[in-house]
Amino acid sequence: MATGVFSASRAKIKERTLRTDRWWVQPAITFGVLFSFIIYATLRAFENANYFAEPLISPFYSPCLSTECVPGSSLMGQPFNFTLFGSAISPALFILIFPLGFRMTCYYYRKAYYRAFWFSPPACAVAEPHEKYTGETRAPLILQNAHRWFFYAGLVFNVILTYDAILAFRNQEKQWGHVSVGTLVLLFSSFMLWMYSLSCHTCRHTIGGRLKHFSKHPIRYRLWTRISILNHSHQQFAWVSLFAVAFADIYVRQVSSGAWTNFYLF
Amino acid sequence: MTRKINLRIWRGDATDGALKNVEVEANEGEVVLDVIHRVQATQMGDLAVRWNCKAGKCGSCSMEINGKPRLACMTQVASFPEGEEITITPLRAFPVIKDLVTDVSFNYRKAMEIPAYEHPKDLAPGAARMEQVDVERSQEFRKCIECFLCQDVCHVIRDHEENKKSFAGPRFFIRIAELDMHPLDLLKNRKQKAQEEHGLGMCNITKCCTEVCPEHIRITDNAIIPMKERVVDVKYDPIRWLGTKIRKREGIV
Repeated sequence: MATGVFSASRAKIKERTLRTDRWWVQPAITFGVLFSFIIYATLRAFENANYFAEPLISPFYSPCLSTECVPGSSLMGQPFNFTLFGSAISPALFILIFPLGFRMTCYYYRKAYYRAFWFSPPACAVAEPHEKYTGETRAPLILQNAHRWFFYAGLVFNVILTYDAILAFRNQEKQWGHVSVGTLVLLFSSFMLWMYSLSCHTCRHTIGGRLKHFSKHPIRYRLWTRISILNHSHQQFAWVSLFAVAFADIYVRQVSSGAWTNFYLF
Repeated sequence: MTRKINLRIWRGDATDGALKNVEVEANEGEVVLDVIHRVQATQMGDLAVRWNCKAGKCGSCSMEINGKPRLACMTQVASFPEGEEITITPLRAFPVIKDLVTDVSFNYRKAMEIPAYEHPKDLAPGAARMEQVDVERSQEFRKCIECFLCQDVCHVIRDHEENKKSFAGPRFFIRIAELDMHPLDLLKNRKQKAQEEHGLGMCNITKCCTEVCPEHIRITDNAIIPMKERVVDVKYDPIRWLGTKIRKREGIV
């Protein structure tokens, strides 16, 4: 039976949309970029190599907690032994669960991939192809409500990656007071991750959005107003931080494999 | 300066209808509603169109112009390139009555289902005092002119007629958010009702409601997502729930 814009009671119009603009461009770009990132991140997670070049470590492999991690890359010890049938499992496969979970449940990315990957809807006022729709009311999409747990985990990762960026102020002999291109790359990556996390809707809610009486909590109210300003740009932070993390990984990989030289400014 | 424009206007009723071509003059500065009125006056005397204020404040002239839900009185003819045909149809999420007029009574039924504000019993009428910071969030939502463009564009009901039973829609999520953020509202379980009775969980944050709002209310960011987070507080966050039981923290009722 016809439903949606083709329901019996609605105006009899045969087109799924009458939009004349190029509404498909934005979801197509989103699909292309996110799909490319997924492919790249998957390949890199399985590669299990070229993720450390003193003093730089790839954000995909930090914190490296496995006994299989290359020497010098495990700043927090090696309490885990990730092996399966005698073969080492890439630590990135465990690490990436948290940042990817944070992005997968992010309110901005939800908009992006529901439109671009699931066509639900592909664009505003463009009829979606699905016959039924239950939204985020049942499994698996009800798990989107776990966003705040990934947000908390993401904060822990931000601290670790910021620490990695600080350690990058050393040279290869572990002497402090040096800055390389890699230092700037890791610093920018961790900074953008902080901006992405702090502008998050869950952060805004936790800081003060959940309150009924702002006047009784003036400090939280002021923080909420600041976070709300950042929240306006959450979409931009989401994309820039994604590119920044991916580029940081590419940079460390190239330096680690010897393809690029990590040039020191001083 | 006057120019000729080509319109395609949907004519019909619930049984049948079609897009009809018409050529009409448009003067400089005119909006789509002006040229619809000219068509009505000169070529289609029985063309049905709902309108009232012509100032973007009554929300009556909601329709779809080149496929996008818009107010006809706020859409400049000059915003379309010269020579481009302008297609005008009724809202496609609601039953059509005639031509550009739809039956939006679904929204009034949903409005009645939203639980009203519950005033503290020990506070006399007129005795309530609130500070500006406590009401400014809600003031954004009070700008709503009930044009129902957000309801029309929301794919949950636009593309799934069967969801109308269980989904209130973005216009009423901002109403729920307004009440839930009200410092004095005492109604219990407003968040749970939003999720379980008004279909908040069906929204998948695709932000079309925000895109079409003529009052530029940030419906998704300021109402729907905060409500979703409040629902997480009471339904999906056991630590937060436990904290409220132990410390009786505010905001969770």
